Amino acid sequence: MLDKVSQGDLENAKSMSIIVTKGTLDWAYPPFILATTAAAMDVKVSMFFTFYGLSLLSKKLDLKISTLGNPGMKMPMMGMHMALPNIVSAVPGVDRMATTMMKNLIKKKGVASIEDLREAAIDLEVQMIGCQMTMDLFEMEQKDMIDGIEIGGAATWVDIATKSDINLYI
Amino acid sequence: MAEHVLNAEGLNCPLPILKAKKALKSVPQGEVLKITSTDPGSVADFAAFCNQTGNVLVSSSTEGKIYKFEIKRT
Repeated sequence: MLDKVSQGDLENAKSMSIIVTKGTLDWAYPPFILATTAAAMDVKVSMFFTFYGLSLLSKKLDLKISTLGNPGMKMPMMGMHMALPNIVSAVPGVDRMATTMMKNLIKKKGVASIEDLREAAIDLEVQMIGCQMTMDLFEMEQKDMIDGIEIGGAATWVDIATKSDINLYI
Repeated sequence: MAEHVLNAEGLNCPLPILKAKKALKSVPQGEVLKITSTDPGSVADFAAFCNQTGNVLVSSSTEGKIYKFEIKRT
């Protein structure tokens, strides 16, 4: 019986909402790590995907990073840590190279892929809501997004947020 | 009583926790899941995990570069 109890049914369950606004490979991590971990800790989690974050619900993920305007990004390279000057970042192909390096690092260090974390979030019954306005704005359709998501607007998030113990904006 | 074991070595945050959660599902109440990991962060994280979920952290120890945990499912 206990096995069938989902997190949503737990009477004392805490709850958390996350607004996900960014759609790059690096920024996809914090919301998915926190959502899956919290759900694993019996917290009821809702994620609201808006603006660039909405692309994280696409069936096919093709996430990239950009070193442009990101002096805080220091990747281990040739035994040291390097941040790329903007003029180098702007050169065609550099972002692609940085993305490949990052994905290699992720594998090497035993860090989960975003695809895996998203799947874990689905397994853990994390509620995922896509922003209707963003879909209209960027001409995205629900058929291009993963199954099991809901569509909603600002009021949907506010309704969830007023009942949540933790509300994050990432 | 069958032994319940989870090898989370080589995995980084939050995978040891996620795998443990999944593994605990098949552990009967009152029985213990033995976990090994190599992520130094998992020491604090398994304590926090048990603190929130009510499962009991029976033991937490280090053997060389391997971290060992025993979690009793409640």
